[in-house]
Amino acid sequence: MPLRIGIDVGGTHTDAVILDEKNNLVYAVKTQTTPDVTTGILNALRDVLKGSDVDPEEIQAAMLGTTHCTNAIVERKRLNRVGVIRIAKPATLAIKPLRAFPADLREAVGNLWTIISGGHEYDGREIAPLDEKELREAARKMREQKAETIAICSVFSPVSTDHEKRAAEIIAEELGQNFPVTLSHEIGSIGLLERESAAILNAAVISIAEAAISAFENAMREAGLNKAKLYLTQNDGTLMSADYARKYPIRTVASGPTNSIRGAAHLTQLQDGIVVDIGGTTTLVGALVRGFPRESAVAVEIGGVRTNFRMPDLIAIGCGGGTIVRKTDSDVEIGPQSVGYDIVRKGLAWGGDTITTTDVALALGYAKIEDPRIDLNRLKNLDGNFLTRAVSKIISLVENSIDKMKTSPEPLPVVLVGGGGIIIPPSHYDKLKGVSRVIRPEHFQFANAIGAAIAQVSGEIDRIFTLDHMSRDEAIKQAKEMAIQEAIRAGAKPDTVQVVEVDEIPLAYLPGNAIRIRVKAAGALSM
Amino acid sequence: MRLLDERAVEDIAIGAAVLGTGGGGDPYIGKLMAIDAISEHGPIKLLSPEEVSDDDLVIPTAMMGAPTVIIEKIPRGDEALEAFRILEKRFGKKAVATMSIEAGGINSTIPLAVAARLGVPIVDCDGMGRAFPEIQMVVPHLYGVKATPMIMVDEKGNLVMLDTIDNIWTERISRAATVVMGGSAVIALYTMTGKQIKEATVHGSITMAETIGRILRENKKNPIQAMLEYVKGYEIFRGKIVDVMRRTVAGFARGEARFEGIDEYSGHELLIRFQNENLVAIRDGEIVASVPDLITVLEAETGQPITTEGLRYGYRAVVVGIPCNPKWRTPKALEVVGPRYFGYDIDYIPIEERMCKR
Repeated sequence: MPLRIGIDVGGTHTDAVILDEKNNLVYAVKTQTTPDVTTGILNALRDVLKGSDVDPEEIQAAMLGTTHCTNAIVERKRLNRVGVIRIAKPATLAIKPLRAFPADLREAVGNLWTIISGGHEYDGREIAPLDEKELREAARKMREQKAETIAICSVFSPVSTDHEKRAAEIIAEELGQNFPVTLSHEIGSIGLLERESAAILNAAVISIAEAAISAFENAMREAGLNKAKLYLTQNDGTLMSADYARKYPIRTVASGPTNSIRGAAHLTQLQDGIVVDIGGTTTLVGALVRGFPRESAVAVEIGGVRTNFRMPDLIAIGCGGGTIVRKTDSDVEIGPQSVGYDIVRKGLAWGGDTITTTDVALALGYAKIEDPRIDLNRLKNLDGNFLTRAVSKIISLVENSIDKMKTSPEPLPVVLVGGGGIIIPPSHYDKLKGVSRVIRPEHFQFANAIGAAIAQVSGEIDRIFTLDHMSRDEAIKQAKEMAIQEAIRAGAKPDTVQVVEVDEIPLAYLPGNAIRIRVKAAGALSM
Repeated sequence: MRLLDERAVEDIAIGAAVLGTGGGGDPYIGKLMAIDAISEHGPIKLLSPEEVSDDDLVIPTAMMGAPTVIIEKIPRGDEALEAFRILEKRFGKKAVATMSIEAGGINSTIPLAVAARLGVPIVDCDGMGRAFPEIQMVVPHLYGVKATPMIMVDEKGNLVMLDTIDNIWTERISRAATVVMGGSAVIALYTMTGKQIKEATVHGSITMAETIGRILRENKKNPIQAMLEYVKGYEIFRGKIVDVMRRTVAGFARGEARFEGIDEYSGHELLIRFQNENLVAIRDGEIVASVPDLITVLEAETGQPITTEGLRYGYRAVVVGIPCNPKWRTPKALEVVGPRYFGYDIDYIPIEERMCKR
């Protein structure tokens, strides 16, 4: 029977789950995260295979998210030297590439750029023909300047990919077939600077991603997974193959929260609702719309750079299972500091001297933890008034975040996942403001790894349609068809592909013959 | 005269988004253009209208077209150079400065970029004191100033010069030309003398935008209240967006957003109707503010302005109303930009009076 493994690497734990064809959970383990990440993954793989007694040959796919790229960008470490080629002249000269980068990051990626002739208008006409001679010269110059990868961005490439694709062919002729090239239309949507910046960041993490992905593949082989293919999860909750991830690793950024929302949806079979993921230090609240996380409408910064990635819309609050509870003169304060995994040393119930939200839950008796190190007698001296105030504060923090994520006053179901969820008293489940019911599914603590394992494959298009020769309905129909084809091309099983999102934005201040349409389609991975 | 540096441009961009009343395009691109130009040519000289001699020539500059196009097909940067050359020849003298025709949205920052790139000063005034969608919706129009001769230049170098019979025709013809040019163009229009600028523009708008931006940046405790004190504006509502509806009508993004009250507004409801810009605010069925007064939606905690395109469910927002420039309040002005022009059959009552009644 074909099986899949989903892996989640968190700050404290690395989880691994095995799912069968029908997405039933076969086995799940929690192991310690290791500083090098990969050892922890190998441990988790070995444990889950051993514990489940599954034949490694039966595992056909392994899915995981990685934080390697995000970390490298944030820390400005081990980044590639990027040659940036913008195809746009005479347009766009008013703002140079990398202008919107923080100075240290601009230096870290080499600050090599050029703008050559080419690019398109919003309706697909050329601004200027692609100047191939200029491009060849630019490519050679970038090699001389020791560029390790190339990022290419042409004006309106989401409308016409011609110039970017032709440029990639020319770069391959000049610098060799294997020279890493990032094409902006593969990662970003309309908004030249944001898309170009995303392409540059992608080109900067090519080597890091290559090393991380190879290490994952080695770990899989060491664990005996000879038949399994590696997939990485993306920021929108869908999968990409290891080969695609090697080319477009930037798409792995922020896939973690998305996985837990998708996992929560799967565990409850809920299509719409709110997901509350309570961890050790943070609680993430996200909205589930038609089985996918709702995406954020505002520009997302990565390492101080504005990009136009579609990220999940999340509220993060400093209130988790290890969050410190303090008594002030007149009131009680919750967090945002947390003892994190140190709760087993610092938590009051464990013999430490810090009161955490978990201590409050234990003291009031609504949470139980099987741990021989815990002695409830240590909590005896906590004042009852203090405890009830603390609980009502925790509840109102979570209630407010839920309310902020809601799109209408109608009460919605809430899925509670994550190990820190014990801090919400079950007696309050049906009393939460604006909530129809609280669901705490079985295996809630593995929602994230399960979300990775069930991830789908998607296709997306975002482009401007001119309505001179077609109606709006025809344009939307065409856009949907294109997105579906993209999803199938990316590896989705054709009969499972569905359109999950349609966005239509008129071009303001322009007489009405053009609209921007964004469509996303997703389907199950064909194995 | 004073100098505007990068910091000032950052603040102006935030203030311009507040004055943009939800429309006018994101000032972000113009801001980066100005910063790019400042880094190469140095800071921008800002002149007060009084510093411009009566017979000096000032050429306002702006961008026309769809913000969605402008964020992708950024200008070349020196388009205005040729426009200046032709207009200077036509008027028979050198221009001493440029100015903004629209203090709200992207057109607040575009003239800053032009000033930095061309090395000319910018005058501390504008044509609206806010954002409006059409060329004739400017104070100079009310004073009989002609938009033409108007120059439109695209990044490819195509240049169109318009001489029209009136400013309404300027709007029609230039809007059509913008489409052919690829959806955006740099424009120079409403060329004025120093004397005209003193009479027929809204004064101090750059300083106002800059100050609004600075207050929102610096005041972490109560940014919105501090900003309202400065602009003599009103908090109209505090609430959560519970519904946003949009539809396209003849190239305009029309729609409405519904807010459910929070805090002391709990139990009340506010409806904002917009067409690119916010036009009318209706509280519990009663109009509380309308064009040409400014209606702006701010993010409740940070005070950051939210555009009509950015309005979405769940936002906690403060809706503020700011009195428009008195020049917009004459019967003639209200014919051009009053509620009826935008299709709302209501009388304009200044926001001060509406708020007083409450």
